[in-house]
Amino acid sequence: MCGIVGLFLKDPKLEPRLGELLTDMLITMTDRGPDSAGIAIYSRGKDGHAKLTVQSADPDRDFADLPEKLGKAIGASVKLAQKDTHAVLDLPSDRLEAARHAMREIAPTVKVMSAGEGIEIYKEVGLPKDVAARFDVAHMQGTHGIGHTRMATESAVTTMGAHPFSTGSDQCLVHNGSLSNHNGLRRELIRQGMTFETQNDTEVAAAYVSHKLQEGQNLGQALESGLDDLDGFFTFVVGTKDGFGVVRDPIACKPAVMAETDQYVAFGSEYRALVNLPGIDNARVWEPEPATVYFWER
Amino acid sequence: MQTFDLAAQGLRALNQTLHGLNGTTNQTAWEVVNPKGSHAIAVGLDAPIDVTVKGSTGYYCAGMNKQATVRVKGSVGPGVAENMMSGTVIVDGDASQYAGATGRGGLLVIKGNAASRCGISMKGIDIVVHGNIGHMSCFMAQSGNLVVLGDAGDALGDSLYEARLFVRGSVKSLGADCIEKEMRPEHLELLADLLKRGEADHLAKPEEFKRYGSARKLYNFNVDNASAY
Repeated sequence: MCGIVGLFLKDPKLEPRLGELLTDMLITMTDRGPDSAGIAIYSRGKDGHAKLTVQSADPDRDFADLPEKLGKAIGASVKLAQKDTHAVLDLPSDRLEAARHAMREIAPTVKVMSAGEGIEIYKEVGLPKDVAARFDVAHMQGTHGIGHTRMATESAVTTMGAHPFSTGSDQCLVHNGSLSNHNGLRRELIRQGMTFETQNDTEVAAAYVSHKLQEGQNLGQALESGLDDLDGFFTFVVGTKDGFGVVRDPIACKPAVMAETDQYVAFGSEYRALVNLPGIDNARVWEPEPATVYFWER
Repeated sequence: MQTFDLAAQGLRALNQTLHGLNGTTNQTAWEVVNPKGSHAIAVGLDAPIDVTVKGSTGYYCAGMNKQATVRVKGSVGPGVAENMMSGTVIVDGDASQYAGATGRGGLLVIKGNAASRCGISMKGIDIVVHGNIGHMSCFMAQSGNLVVLGDAGDALGDSLYEARLFVRGSVKSLGADCIEKEMRPEHLELLADLLKRGEADHLAKPEEFKRYGSARKLYNFNVDNASAY
């Protein structure tokens, strides 16, 4: 069991409230996953800028000289904004890939949570309400976001084992379920050049989608391919810079409820997670069909 | 009419109050407000009372019901009326997976659609769905009746025993050992009664349905298959 929440805003007037709405949804799903929690928030980036969200078990030691070291490595100015164990590094978007590679050399104890123009990912071990409070998620603004509360089954309860997983620029994926062919698929994806941080099954699904997107598929096509290639139980919610997708396996025993109004598309593992959204009483509420891809793009 | 505010008074207090009515009561009409998708609302009732839930519920609403009538003015999560023994449950909206699972008696009416595994392992309950039902519905269903005014998903009635299935629309596929059967006068009569009790007699006529049942080839031990064990 895990809990998933997602919110894709259509009405810019709600953007200042994205973090507040998602935090409430996330905490409601604590019963489904009390061991760790994470959230991916997408906001409108600044032209020419990109963000690297990083995490350290010892932020005081690792973050103090990180902007200087990274700036020197990529030959550009880097600004750091710390939030608890995480920090967002602001840098020129054309240096993003270089920065991602340089991090392994200059700060091996610092983990990259996400990279992209819009995305920031925060995740830690602990109750969803505590994780949300540590990163002050409630005050974040943005266009869309995905959250996850984890009850671990397939790998250890660690920061890196928490969801969302991000394996490509501005991409993230969360999962309720368990995959059964992830080891074979991980080996295949490694042969194709993908890299992995954990032994977690969900990271394989995330890398699979990233790989398909690299090959030129759009989000909908990548999720369709996943229905053929991923074996196991899954409800996935996926985010890209401008998109938001949902897919369930053909057996569809992992729960999912969606709601749509003129203002937003929302996802919850249970209807409970959606009850405080504005206008929910008049929303179109439905259960996504098995083996059916849903996606929205701006 | 007694009103119970679930947001203010809590789930345990609600169910304890309703269980306290088991046996005898003159407080027969109850209204539950602010359900907000909560789980296990009005489970284990055993009194001839009428409970109306004003909104949508989570898992297991009206599970194990006996005697009571539970009405939901919204949609329900997984396992509505699971293992119902008697009484009536009426859902105005949609139902998530395994609605009426293992039900032994009573009537479950879903005015919207039901998702996968509707009536799985049912053992005597009657289920009337005004909309469509999802895949693997009535898997291993043993007895009782399922009426579907809309369409049925994949693998309807897989490994079916003696439940009777009536579907008006299309069936995406039949499960193992489930076959279409002749609609005889006694079935039309049964269906007319179910449609009436399921508040659907103004929506469909018995003649519009097809009947599905067990081919009875799977559930008896066949000595020719002995080598497979």
